[in-house]
Amino acid sequence: MPKVHDVLFRTLADPTRRALFEQLCREGELTVGALTARAGISQPAVSKHLALLKQAGLVRDRHEGRQTHYSAQLGGLAPLVDWTREMAGFWERRFDDLENLLRRMDQ
Amino acid sequence: MNEEVRSVVVEREFPHPPEKLWRALTQPHLIEEWLMKNDFSPVVGHRFNLRGDWGGVLDCEVLSVEPHRTLSYTWNFAHDDPAYNLKSVVTFTLTPTSTGTLLRMEQSGFRGDQKQAYGGAKHGWQQFFSNLEQLLTRVT
Repeated sequence: MPKVHDVLFRTLADPTRRALFEQLCREGELTVGALTARAGISQPAVSKHLALLKQAGLVRDRHEGRQTHYSAQLGGLAPLVDWTREMAGFWERRFDDLENLLRRMDQ
Repeated sequence: MNEEVRSVVVEREFPHPPEKLWRALTQPHLIEEWLMKNDFSPVVGHRFNLRGDWGGVLDCEVLSVEPHRTLSYTWNFAHDDPAYNLKSVVTFTLTPTSTGTLLRMEQSGFRGDQKQAYGGAKHGWQQFFSNLEQLLTRVT
């Protein structure tokens, strides 16, 4: 298994990190403070988890004044997505468009 | 592992006769409406391109044409990075049913290490967000 998989799996295997990542996926950009308030662990611990998520390409940080804002990078998950399943999804959507086209061809 | 051949099969029944589906599969202006911009022609050996709206260009060659029944062409994407390089064959099979046509699409020829090739990933992202929770569960 390529190294990039190892890093991703390892990073997401931790429930706290996964929770932080999911929260950023759901709610968009958040500050470290806002994430800490909900995580139930100390701010240094949250920062440490965020650094690992960043290393794995799963989050991006943005500094604004004294605050650091984090947001999810969905592209970082790309290596985990099963290609075959993705391709099937691609064709399903093309078939949706084909169905629409066929309906319009009647008119 | 690297030489592993994979395939994707997608089937759907459409409430329309095979002749009509055939038009949608073989007339360039209709193909563009549901698949991609193209210079397709239903002639064996004809080389054409499919141009995705993400900027990618697929190199294709018609392999077989049986009007109203089967259509097959190569679906190749040249890329310097082998992880994105793709050689595959797409085959459409039309089978009449009592209420319309069963369309079967089989795409085969991926190597096992091509998990992150071009189109699937690019297009997949649109629905990716909704799959995220499921994906995370699977990863665990």
